Amino acid sequence: MEDVLATTDGIIDVHGADQEALVEILREVNEVSGHLSREQMQRIASRLSLPLSKVYSVASFYSLISLEPLGKHVVRFCQDAPCHVVGGQQVWEALEHELGIPFGATSLDGEWSLLTTSCIGACAVGPVMMVDSDIHGNLDPQKVREIIARYRGEERSGGIV
Amino acid sequence: MAYRAHVIISGDPQQAQPVTVALLDEIGLLGLSNEIEVLAATDLTVATPSIEAIVYPDGVHYRDLTPDNARLVATEHLLKGRPVQNLMVQEQAVEPLDEPSTKEVRVVLRNVGVINPESIDDYIAQDGYAALGKVLTEMTPDGVLAELKTSALRGRGGAGFPAWMKWTFARNAPGDQKYVVCNGDEGDPGAFMNRRVLEGDPHSVLEGMAIAAYVIGATQGYLYVRAEYPIAIRTLRVAIEQAREYGLLGKDIFGTGFCFDLEVRMGAGAFVCGEETALMESVQGNRGQPRTRPPFPATSGLWGKPTNINNVETYANVPQILLNGGAWFAAMGTEKSKGTKTFAIAGKVKRTGLIEVPLGITVREIVYDVGGGVLNDKAFKAVQTGGPLGGCIPEKHLDMPVDYESLASVGSAMGSGGFIVMDEETCMVDMARFFMEFAQEESCGKCVPCRVGTRKMLDILEAICAGKGKPGDIEALETLGRSVKIGSLCGLGQGAPNPVLSMIENFREEYEAHIYDKRCPAKVCRALIEYKIDPETCIGCTRCARNCPVNAITGIARQPHVIDPEICIRCGICAQVCPVNAVSVE
Repeated sequence: MEDVLATTDGIIDVHGADQEALVEILREVNEVSGHLSREQMQRIASRLSLPLSKVYSVASFYSLISLEPLGKHVVRFCQDAPCHVVGGQQVWEALEHELGIPFGATSLDGEWSLLTTSCIGACAVGPVMMVDSDIHGNLDPQKVREIIARYRGEERSGGIV
Repeated sequence: MAYRAHVIISGDPQQAQPVTVALLDEIGLLGLSNEIEVLAATDLTVATPSIEAIVYPDGVHYRDLTPDNARLVATEHLLKGRPVQNLMVQEQAVEPLDEPSTKEVRVVLRNVGVINPESIDDYIAQDGYAALGKVLTEMTPDGVLAELKTSALRGRGGAGFPAWMKWTFARNAPGDQKYVVCNGDEGDPGAFMNRRVLEGDPHSVLEGMAIAAYVIGATQGYLYVRAEYPIAIRTLRVAIEQAREYGLLGKDIFGTGFCFDLEVRMGAGAFVCGEETALMESVQGNRGQPRTRPPFPATSGLWGKPTNINNVETYANVPQILLNGGAWFAAMGTEKSKGTKTFAIAGKVKRTGLIEVPLGITVREIVYDVGGGVLNDKAFKAVQTGGPLGGCIPEKHLDMPVDYESLASVGSAMGSGGFIVMDEETCMVDMARFFMEFAQEESCGKCVPCRVGTRKMLDILEAICAGKGKPGDIEALETLGRSVKIGSLCGLGQGAPNPVLSMIENFREEYEAHIYDKRCPAKVCRALIEYKIDPETCIGCTRCARNCPVNAITGIARQPHVIDPEICIRCGICAQVCPVNAVSVE
């Protein structure tokens, strides 16, 4: 806990304890810790001299800031029209089926989170998804299975797959 | 240092980056860093939308590169000298396409893919910062405004407000501190023009902003870029640093006493932040909710100070206009819409990607000449412009010129430049539902017409797609749509009903088929279709049964298979895996 709060303090120091920097601070803390905990929000509120409710209201507004812990791998599927027109629905279902969780959920073993993202501007190669920070394009159900298998395989390397 | 070989990687930078990183890493591991140079080329001709690389001097051309097979290329080809055959471009494998259209004119994109975006020297060699120099040393702010007025440049963010008027309002607004803001929160699905400008020619935007600052009397600027564009943000930060080093940003620019500096601000994932007042709230560290207008940003923007806000493409046009003259710019386009416009073509079209064309070009020319026609030569149905807040252009308007007024006259909008082509297999009810779902999700919730109205419209559309539409639904959508348009606070709510209204206007019969005949003519809506296996064609290979996620298919090997419609979830995987096309949709 102390570590997490120290990291939070470090990020606040970089941006300055200003209300102006609130969005940047929240996004960066979220990026480093995977999500924003109540303790972190409390620390940010006291350092920036803001009520906790204000910090919570801003944090809960933006989709890239998560108030819940996410899985080890985060899949973000583009749910926008250009990807939908070229077969996004099938890919969407293949993802739910392959990971065994509905959209918006995190698997019980904490391995996977399945989220949607707004357009990531890679529409020419749709349907598109991001797995962690990698972008995968030209998807179809078959390719989704292969890609997911690859991420699973990495963790089991050395073992019998 | 002389290199033994060069690898040029081309493709979309966001996709190419992990490949480049993997390749450089492997080259380093193999100890070849001093022998092989890796160069990036942001190729714009996206005939084959994959990451490609050419290895010189051999001239071997690879395609479909992933981080893994880039490592393979490094060990096999670069170390052992054995080109990887199965990754090489096979002549016959590449779909033959015509030469890129000559109907394109590049003003905003002129440097993208041509110069190294991380080198200010490259930009200066292309007359970069010459316009800023000219403005600061030879022109008065009023002289700049006059030139902009001659050019008739209109805002490229979608609304098309004349840039010179916006600048004049901010110039005339009283205030000791003024700001210049660039809207780089390009959130329209299917629009990625600004991303490529920021990634490929960042200095053109900085220069345009500095000129605006000089005209309105601002000393500080903010570039708001969405967090989904990490490479654009990195490139911009490098560009700002270089411009400061060269004295083109900061204090006493060109020795004229003019001071201007810039900061990049990142979004955190909210579509509504593309709305100018919501964007300013976000820059100030608040929830990105729009403000009531008036007052407009020109008099009360960031921290209540006079602020000029334009989008990336608008600013990128400015240096060119001042170098070549407003008349040069006004010679392109139509009477009321001058210059060029960038579009991102996506959807069911052969050549997807980024284009820049003179305004006034027809829809047909964009789809068929520049885009190469509809994918798989299917029948054209419509084009969606203006993203989720725009509308569709049906076949009967194919020869309509693309300009602000013409698009608005058919219920669509210029928007920022999304251009999604739809073919006969696209269901217009499903599309409308889709866009409404987007608007509903992105509604910030501040005003009731948008928050509740989009929800109600979505409910009706979902019911129609689920086969539960009832008489009166179409009329209810029209009434609701008009109310949401009139009553909403910002552009999001005012535009959200547009896709539905324009699709009803142009494709009413499709809506009626869903409601009255319980039939989806494009065979998309799940509740209204059924998958069937033709017993004559089926060879009993069992592939469909093995791939069915819900075990709805039964049959014995080498005997015709059957789908149970009660279990089937209409995912379409069976049709995709069938080797003899025995699966059909009814």
